[in-house]
Amino acid sequence: MSTNEWPLWEVFIRSKQGLNHKHVGSLRAADAEMALQNARDVYTRRSEGISIWVVQSALITASDPADSEAYFEPSDSKVYRHPTFYDLPDGIEHM
Amino acid sequence: METLTQEKLAEKFQAKIDADIKIEPNDWMPDTYRKTLIRQISQHAHSEIVGMLPEGNWITRAPSLRRKAVLLAKVQDEAGHGLYLYSATETLGVSREDTIDDLHSGKVKYSSIFNYPTLTWADIGAIGWLVDGAAIMNQVALCRTSYGPYARAMVKICKEESFHQRQGYEIMTTLMNGTEAQREMAQDAMNRFWWPSLMMFGPSDAESKHTEQSMRWRIKRHTNDELRQSFVDASVPQAELIGLKIPDPNLKWNEARGHYDFGAIDWEEFWQVVGGNGPCNKERIEARVKAKEEGEWVREAAMAYAKKHKS
Repeated sequence: MSTNEWPLWEVFIRSKQGLNHKHVGSLRAADAEMALQNARDVYTRRSEGISIWVVQSALITASDPADSEAYFEPSDSKVYRHPTFYDLPDGIEHM
Repeated sequence: METLTQEKLAEKFQAKIDADIKIEPNDWMPDTYRKTLIRQISQHAHSEIVGMLPEGNWITRAPSLRRKAVLLAKVQDEAGHGLYLYSATETLGVSREDTIDDLHSGKVKYSSIFNYPTLTWADIGAIGWLVDGAAIMNQVALCRTSYGPYARAMVKICKEESFHQRQGYEIMTTLMNGTEAQREMAQDAMNRFWWPSLMMFGPSDAESKHTEQSMRWRIKRHTNDELRQSFVDASVPQAELIGLKIPDPNLKWNEARGHYDFGAIDWEEFWQVVGGNGPCNKERIEARVKAKEEGEWVREAAMAYAKKHKS
Protein backbone atom coordinates (compact mmCIF):
# COMPACT_ATOMS: atom_id res chain seq x y z
CA MET A 1 0.00 0.00 0.00
CA SER A 2 2.52 2.57 1.15
CA THR A 3 4.70 1.71 -1.84
CA ASN A 4 2.00 3.31 -3.96
CA GLU A 5 2.14 6.55 -2.01
CA TRP A 6 3.10 9.50 -4.18
CA PRO A 7 6.54 10.94 -3.44
CA LEU A 8 6.96 13.97 -1.19
CA TRP A 9 8.06 17.29 -2.73
CA GLU A 10 9.37 20.45 -1.10
CA VAL A 11 7.95 23.71 -2.42
CA PHE A 12 9.88 26.98 -2.80
CA ILE A 13 8.22 30.22 -3.85
CA ARG A 14 9.58 33.54 -5.12
CA SER A 15 7.09 36.04 -3.74
CA LYS A 16 8.19 38.84 -6.06
CA GLN A 17 10.83 39.75 -8.59
CA GLY A 18 14.13 40.50 -6.87
CA LEU A 19 13.65 38.13 -3.91
CA ASN A 20 14.93 34.58 -3.34
CA HIS A 21 12.77 31.52 -3.59
CA LYS A 22 11.82 30.56 -0.05
CA HIS A 23 10.70 27.22 1.37
CA VAL A 24 6.96 27.27 2.14
CA GLY A 25 6.06 23.64 2.79
CA SER A 26 5.66 20.29 1.13
CA LEU A 27 3.12 18.19 -0.72
CA ARG A 28 2.67 14.83 -2.41
CA ALA A 29 2.50 14.38 -6.18
CA ALA A 30 3.12 11.61 -8.70
CA ASP A 31 5.55 13.65 -10.84
CA ALA A 32 7.17 17.06 -11.16
CA GLU A 33 4.45 18.53 -13.34
CA MET A 34 1.72 17.52 -10.89
CA ALA A 35 3.84 18.81 -8.01
CA LEU A 36 4.01 22.23 -9.68
CA GLN A 37 0.27 22.33 -10.32
CA ASN A 38 -0.53 21.23 -6.78
CA ALA A 39 1.93 23.76 -5.38
CA ARG A 40 0.11 26.49 -7.26
CA ASP A 41 -3.26 25.38 -5.84
CA VAL A 42 -2.07 24.71 -2.31
CA TYR A 43 0.44 27.51 -1.73
CA THR A 44 -0.48 30.44 -4.00
CA ARG A 45 -4.24 30.96 -3.69
CA ARG A 46 -3.71 34.61 -2.70
CA SER A 47 -0.98 35.87 -5.04
CA GLU A 48 1.82 34.65 -2.76
CA GLY A 49 4.17 34.08 -5.62
CA ILE A 50 5.34 34.64 -9.17
CA SER A 51 7.59 31.59 -9.46
CA ILE A 52 7.63 28.10 -7.95
CA TRP A 53 10.35 25.47 -7.54
CA VAL A 54 9.54 21.92 -6.52
CA VAL A 55 12.22 19.42 -5.43
CA GLN A 56 11.71 15.83 -4.38
CA SER A 57 12.31 15.73 -0.64
CA ALA A 58 14.38 12.56 -0.94
CA LEU A 59 16.94 14.45 -3.06
CA ILE A 60 17.75 17.01 -0.38
CA THR A 61 20.86 16.53 1.75
CA ALA A 62 20.61 18.30 5.08
CA SER A 63 23.01 18.99 7.93
CA ASP A 64 22.29 17.20 11.18
CA PRO A 65 20.94 19.47 13.96
CA ALA A 66 22.84 17.34 16.50
CA ASP A 67 26.11 18.47 14.84
CA SER A 68 25.18 22.12 14.61
CA GLU A 69 27.52 23.23 17.40
CA ALA A 70 30.60 21.67 15.83
CA TYR A 71 29.44 22.76 12.42
CA PHE A 72 28.68 26.42 12.99
CA GLU A 73 30.61 27.39 16.10
CA PRO A 74 33.91 28.07 14.23
CA SER A 75 32.35 31.04 12.46
CA ASP A 76 31.16 32.51 15.79
CA SER A 77 34.73 32.65 17.06
CA LYS A 78 36.06 34.53 14.02
CA VAL A 79 34.87 37.96 15.03
CA TYR A 80 37.50 39.58 12.79
CA ARG A 81 35.22 38.72 9.85
CA HIS A 82 32.92 41.53 10.96
CA PRO A 83 33.66 45.24 10.34
CA THR A 84 32.96 46.19 13.97
CA PHE A 85 36.10 44.25 15.05
CA TYR A 86 38.44 46.98 13.81
CA ASP A 87 39.60 50.11 15.67
CA LEU A 88 39.55 53.22 13.55
CA PRO A 89 40.54 56.81 14.40
CA ASP A 90 37.69 59.21 15.22
CA GLY A 91 36.45 61.36 12.40
CA ILE A 92 37.12 58.94 9.60
CA GLU A 93 34.48 59.02 6.87
CA HIS A 94 33.28 56.86 3.96
CA MET A 95 34.53 53.59 5.44
CA MET B 1 30.57 13.77 19.61
CA GLU B 2 29.89 12.80 23.20
CA THR B 3 26.65 10.92 23.55
CA LEU B 4 24.18 12.65 25.81
CA THR B 5 22.00 10.68 28.15
CA GLN B 6 18.23 10.78 27.62
CA GLU B 7 17.94 12.82 30.79
CA LYS B 8 20.43 15.44 29.59
CA LEU B 9 18.69 15.63 26.22
CA ALA B 10 15.31 16.10 27.90
CA GLU B 11 16.75 18.86 30.04
CA LYS B 12 18.21 20.67 27.03
CA PHE B 13 14.92 20.24 25.21
CA GLN B 14 12.88 21.81 28.02
CA ALA B 15 15.41 24.67 28.28
CA LYS B 16 14.85 25.41 24.59
CA ILE B 17 11.09 25.37 25.07
CA ASP B 18 11.38 27.69 28.07
CA ALA B 19 13.50 30.10 26.02
CA ASP B 20 10.82 30.06 23.29
CA ILE B 21 13.19 28.49 20.77
CA LYS B 22 11.15 26.54 18.22
CA ILE B 23 11.64 22.80 17.85
CA GLU B 24 12.32 21.71 14.25
CA PRO B 25 11.71 18.28 12.64
CA ASN B 26 15.15 16.70 13.02
CA ASP B 27 15.83 18.07 16.51
CA TRP B 28 15.84 15.65 19.41
CA MET B 29 12.44 15.56 21.15
CA PRO B 30 10.88 13.36 23.83
CA ASP B 31 8.84 10.53 22.41
CA THR B 32 5.70 11.72 24.17
CA TYR B 33 6.13 15.25 22.71
CA ARG B 34 6.28 13.68 19.25
CA LYS B 35 3.22 11.51 19.94
CA THR B 36 1.21 14.38 21.36
CA LEU B 37 1.98 16.49 18.29
CA ILE B 38 1.14 13.68 15.88
CA ARG B 39 -2.22 13.25 17.61
CA GLN B 40 -3.01 16.97 17.79
CA ILE B 41 -1.84 18.00 14.30
CA SER B 42 -3.42 15.01 12.55
CA GLN B 43 -6.67 15.60 14.42
CA HIS B 44 -6.51 19.19 13.28
CA ALA B 45 -5.84 18.11 9.67
CA HIS B 46 -8.74 15.67 9.73
CA SER B 47 -11.03 18.42 11.05
CA GLU B 48 -10.17 20.62 8.08
CA ILE B 49 -10.90 17.81 5.64
CA VAL B 50 -14.09 16.50 7.27
CA GLY B 51 -15.16 20.13 7.77
CA MET B 52 -15.55 20.45 4.00
CA LEU B 53 -18.48 18.01 4.03
CA PRO B 54 -21.19 19.99 5.91
CA GLU B 55 -20.39 23.13 3.88
CA GLY B 56 -19.99 21.31 0.58
CA ASN B 57 -23.58 20.23 1.12
CA TRP B 58 -24.70 23.80 0.23
CA ILE B 59 -22.42 24.69 -2.70
CA THR B 60 -24.96 23.73 -5.34
CA ARG B 61 -27.76 25.46 -3.43
CA ALA B 62 -26.08 28.76 -2.49
CA PRO B 63 -28.65 31.55 -2.96
CA SER B 64 -26.58 33.64 -5.41
CA LEU B 65 -23.54 33.40 -7.66
CA ARG B 66 -21.61 35.61 -5.22
CA ARG B 67 -22.41 33.35 -2.27
CA LYS B 68 -21.51 30.29 -4.32
CA ALA B 69 -18.13 31.68 -5.40
CA VAL B 70 -17.38 32.62 -1.77
CA LEU B 71 -18.39 29.21 -0.41
CA LEU B 72 -16.33 27.42 -3.06
CA ALA B 73 -13.28 29.52 -2.16
CA LYS B 74 -13.81 28.82 1.52
CA VAL B 75 -14.13 25.06 1.05
CA GLN B 76 -11.03 25.08 -1.17
CA ASP B 77 -9.16 26.87 1.62
CA GLU B 78 -10.18 24.14 4.08
CA ALA B 79 -8.71 21.53 1.72
CA GLY B 80 -5.50 23.57 1.59
CA HIS B 81 -5.39 23.83 5.37
CA GLY B 82 -5.80 20.08 5.67
CA LEU B 83 -2.85 19.64 3.29
CA TYR B 84 -0.56 22.05 5.19
CA LEU B 85 -1.34 20.14 8.36
CA TYR B 86 -0.85 16.67 6.85
CA SER B 87 2.59 17.87 5.67
CA ALA B 88 3.36 19.13 9.17
CA THR B 89 2.33 15.74 10.59
CA GLU B 90 4.63 13.98 8.14
CA THR B 91 7.63 15.96 9.40
CA LEU B 92 7.25 13.97 12.64
CA GLY B 93 8.00 10.73 10.84
CA VAL B 94 4.58 9.24 10.14
CA SER B 95 3.31 8.45 6.66
CA ARG B 96 0.38 10.35 5.24
CA GLU B 97 -1.43 7.20 4.27
CA ASP B 98 -1.23 5.78 7.81
CA THR B 99 -2.46 9.11 9.18
CA ILE B 100 -5.48 9.03 6.90
CA ASP B 101 -6.17 5.39 7.67
CA ASP B 102 -6.23 6.28 11.38
CA LEU B 103 -9.08 8.68 10.66
CA HIS B 104 -10.99 6.06 8.71
CA SER B 105 -10.59 3.37 11.36
CA GLY B 106 -11.76 5.80 14.07
CA LYS B 107 -8.43 5.64 15.89
CA VAL B 108 -7.97 9.39 15.57
CA LYS B 109 -10.84 11.87 15.91
CA TYR B 110 -11.73 15.14 14.27
CA SER B 111 -13.59 18.12 15.71
CA SER B 112 -16.98 16.92 16.95
CA ILE B 113 -18.72 20.01 15.51
CA PHE B 114 -18.66 18.49 12.02
CA ASN B 115 -20.94 15.69 13.14
CA TYR B 116 -23.88 18.10 13.14
CA PRO B 117 -25.93 18.45 9.94
CA THR B 118 -26.32 21.66 7.88
CA LEU B 119 -30.11 21.80 7.53
CA THR B 120 -30.62 25.31 6.13
CA TRP B 121 -28.62 28.02 4.34
CA ALA B 122 -28.40 29.91 7.65
CA ASP B 123 -26.27 27.04 8.98
CA ILE B 124 -23.57 28.10 6.52
CA GLY B 125 -23.70 31.55 8.11
CA ALA B 126 -23.57 30.10 11.63
CA ILE B 127 -20.64 27.83 10.73
CA GLY B 128 -18.58 30.64 9.20
CA TRP B 129 -19.27 33.02 12.05
CA LEU B 130 -19.28 30.72 15.10
CA VAL B 131 -17.42 27.56 14.11
CA ASP B 132 -14.68 29.34 12.19
CA GLY B 133 -14.71 32.02 14.89
CA ALA B 134 -14.04 29.39 17.55
CA ALA B 135 -11.41 27.73 15.36
CA ILE B 136 -9.63 31.06 14.82
CA MET B 137 -9.59 31.73 18.58
CA ASN B 138 -7.80 28.41 19.00
CA GLN B 139 -5.55 28.79 15.95
CA VAL B 140 -4.33 32.31 16.73
CA ALA B 141 -3.05 30.92 20.03
CA LEU B 142 -1.38 28.05 18.15
CA CYS B 143 0.64 30.42 15.93
CA ARG B 144 3.05 30.55 18.90
CA THR B 145 3.14 26.79 19.47
CA SER B 146 6.60 25.31 20.11
CA TYR B 147 6.85 23.04 17.05
CA GLY B 148 8.08 25.04 14.05
CA PRO B 149 6.19 23.37 11.17
CA TYR B 150 2.90 23.48 13.12
CA ALA B 151 3.37 27.14 14.05
CA ARG B 152 4.17 28.09 10.43
CA ALA B 153 1.10 26.24 9.12
CA MET B 154 -1.01 28.06 11.71
CA VAL B 155 0.24 31.48 10.66
CA LYS B 156 -0.76 30.79 7.07
CA ILE B 157 -4.11 29.31 8.09
CA CYS B 158 -5.00 32.24 10.35
CA LYS B 159 -4.31 34.73 7.55
CA GLU B 160 -6.71 32.84 5.31
CA GLU B 161 -9.40 32.13 7.88
CA SER B 162 -10.23 35.74 8.66
CA PHE B 163 -12.41 35.97 5.55
CA HIS B 164 -14.20 32.77 6.55
CA GLN B 165 -15.61 34.28 9.70
CA ARG B 166 -16.56 37.53 7.99
CA GLN B 167 -18.45 35.81 5.20
CA GLY B 168 -20.43 33.82 7.79
CA TYR B 169 -21.30 36.91 9.78
CA GLU B 170 -22.31 38.67 6.56
CA ILE B 171 -24.75 35.82 5.77
CA MET B 172 -26.25 36.12 9.27
CA THR B 173 -26.49 39.92 8.98
CA THR B 174 -28.25 39.68 5.62
CA LEU B 175 -30.76 37.17 6.98
CA MET B 176 -31.40 39.30 10.08
CA ASN B 177 -32.14 42.26 7.80
CA GLY B 178 -34.55 40.13 5.79
CA THR B 179 -38.08 38.79 6.26
CA GLU B 180 -39.50 37.33 9.45
CA ALA B 181 -38.93 33.82 8.07
CA GLN B 182 -35.28 34.63 7.32
CA ARG B 183 -34.73 36.00 10.83
CA GLU B 184 -36.26 32.84 12.28
CA MET B 185 -33.98 30.72 10.12
CA ALA B 186 -30.92 32.61 11.35
CA GLN B 187 -32.00 32.30 15.00
CA ASP B 188 -32.67 28.59 14.55
CA ALA B 189 -29.13 28.07 13.18
CA MET B 190 -27.76 30.08 16.12
CA ASN B 191 -29.73 27.90 18.55
CA ARG B 192 -28.34 24.69 17.08
CA PHE B 193 -24.71 25.80 16.64
CA TRP B 194 -24.06 27.86 19.78
CA TRP B 195 -23.50 25.05 22.29
CA PRO B 196 -21.58 22.74 19.92
CA SER B 197 -19.31 25.73 19.14
CA LEU B 198 -18.52 26.14 22.85
CA MET B 199 -17.74 22.42 22.99
CA MET B 200 -15.14 22.86 20.23
CA PHE B 201 -12.64 24.10 22.83
CA GLY B 202 -12.68 20.66 24.41
CA PRO B 203 -13.29 19.45 27.96
CA SER B 204 -13.02 21.89 30.86
CA ASP B 205 -9.51 22.35 32.27
CA ALA B 206 -10.28 20.14 35.26
CA GLU B 207 -11.20 17.27 32.93
CA SER B 208 -8.62 17.77 30.19
CA LYS B 209 -5.98 15.10 30.54
CA HIS B 210 -3.51 16.60 28.05
CA THR B 211 -3.62 20.27 29.00
CA GLU B 212 -1.02 20.41 31.76
CA GLN B 213 1.77 18.65 29.85
CA SER B 214 0.91 20.46 26.62
CA MET B 215 1.16 23.81 28.39
CA ARG B 216 4.58 22.88 29.80
CA TRP B 217 5.79 21.97 26.32
CA ARG B 218 4.16 25.12 24.96
CA ILE B 219 2.26 23.11 22.40
CA LYS B 220 -0.78 24.82 23.87
CA ARG B 221 -0.42 28.42 25.02
CA HIS B 222 -3.87 28.84 26.61
CA THR B 223 -6.19 26.39 28.35
CA ASN B 224 -9.51 25.23 26.89
CA ASP B 225 -11.52 27.27 29.38
CA GLU B 226 -9.53 30.47 28.74
CA LEU B 227 -10.12 30.21 25.01
CA ARG B 228 -13.80 29.35 25.48
CA GLN B 229 -14.26 32.44 27.65
CA SER B 230 -12.59 34.67 25.04
CA PHE B 231 -14.90 33.24 22.41
CA VAL B 232 -18.04 33.94 24.47
CA ASP B 233 -16.85 37.46 25.25
CA ALA B 234 -16.18 38.17 21.58
CA SER B 235 -19.37 36.57 20.22
CA VAL B 236 -22.06 37.99 22.51
CA PRO B 237 -21.77 41.62 21.31
CA GLN B 238 -21.61 40.37 17.69
CA ALA B 239 -24.90 38.50 18.17
CA GLU B 240 -26.54 41.46 19.89
CA LEU B 241 -25.51 43.87 17.14
CA ILE B 242 -27.62 42.05 14.56
CA GLY B 243 -30.44 41.05 16.92
CA LEU B 244 -29.60 37.35 17.46
CA LYS B 245 -30.32 35.88 20.86
CA ILE B 246 -27.78 33.60 22.58
CA PRO B 247 -29.68 30.42 23.57
CA ASP B 248 -28.48 30.50 27.16
CA PRO B 249 -30.76 31.80 29.97
CA ASN B 250 -27.78 31.99 32.33
CA LEU B 251 -25.69 34.24 30.12
CA LYS B 252 -24.95 37.56 31.77
CA TRP B 253 -22.16 40.11 32.05
CA ASN B 254 -20.12 39.78 35.23
CA GLU B 255 -18.77 43.21 36.08
CA ALA B 256 -16.38 41.90 38.74
CA ARG B 257 -14.74 39.33 36.43
CA GLY B 258 -14.91 41.52 33.35
CA HIS B 259 -16.29 38.52 31.44
CA TYR B 260 -19.63 36.98 30.55
CA ASP B 261 -20.87 34.19 32.81
CA PHE B 262 -22.53 31.41 30.88
CA GLY B 263 -24.56 28.28 31.60
CA ALA B 264 -23.27 24.75 32.05
CA ILE B 265 -22.23 22.84 28.92
CA ASP B 266 -23.94 19.49 28.31
CA TRP B 267 -20.79 17.36 28.44
CA GLU B 268 -22.85 14.20 28.08
CA GLU B 269 -23.78 15.35 24.58
CA PHE B 270 -20.13 16.19 23.84
CA TRP B 271 -18.86 12.73 24.84
CA GLN B 272 -21.69 11.05 22.94
CA VAL B 273 -20.76 12.90 19.75
CA VAL B 274 -17.01 12.35 20.24
CA GLY B 275 -17.75 8.68 20.88
CA GLY B 276 -19.37 8.28 17.47
CA ASN B 277 -23.04 8.82 18.30
CA GLY B 278 -23.57 12.31 16.85
CA PRO B 279 -26.13 12.88 14.11
CA CYS B 280 -23.65 12.53 11.21
CA ASN B 281 -20.57 10.63 12.46
CA LYS B 282 -21.21 7.58 10.33
CA GLU B 283 -22.03 9.57 7.21
CA ARG B 284 -18.86 11.70 7.52
CA ILE B 285 -16.47 8.76 7.81
CA GLU B 286 -18.28 6.86 5.05
CA ALA B 287 -17.83 9.84 2.74
CA ARG B 288 -14.09 9.97 3.47
CA VAL B 289 -13.58 6.22 3.02
CA LYS B 290 -15.53 6.30 -0.23
CA ALA B 291 -13.41 9.18 -1.54
CA LYS B 292 -10.23 7.26 -0.76
CA GLU B 293 -11.40 3.97 -2.23
CA GLU B 294 -12.87 5.45 -5.39
CA GLY B 295 -9.75 7.55 -5.97
CA GLU B 296 -7.42 4.58 -5.64
CA TRP B 297 -7.27 3.78 -9.36
CA VAL B 298 -6.60 7.44 -10.20
CA ARG B 299 -3.66 7.58 -7.81
CA GLU B 300 -2.29 4.31 -9.19
CA ALA B 301 -2.70 5.45 -12.79
CA ALA B 302 -0.93 8.75 -12.06
CA MET B 303 1.98 6.87 -10.49
CA ALA B 304 2.18 4.43 -13.41
CA TYR B 305 2.18 7.36 -15.84
CA ALA B 306 4.92 9.11 -13.88
CA LYS B 307 7.10 5.97 -13.89
CA LYS B 308 6.60 5.43 -17.60
CA HIS B 309 7.59 9.00 -18.48
CA LYS B 310 10.60 9.14 -16.20
CA SER B 311 13.63 9.21 -18.42
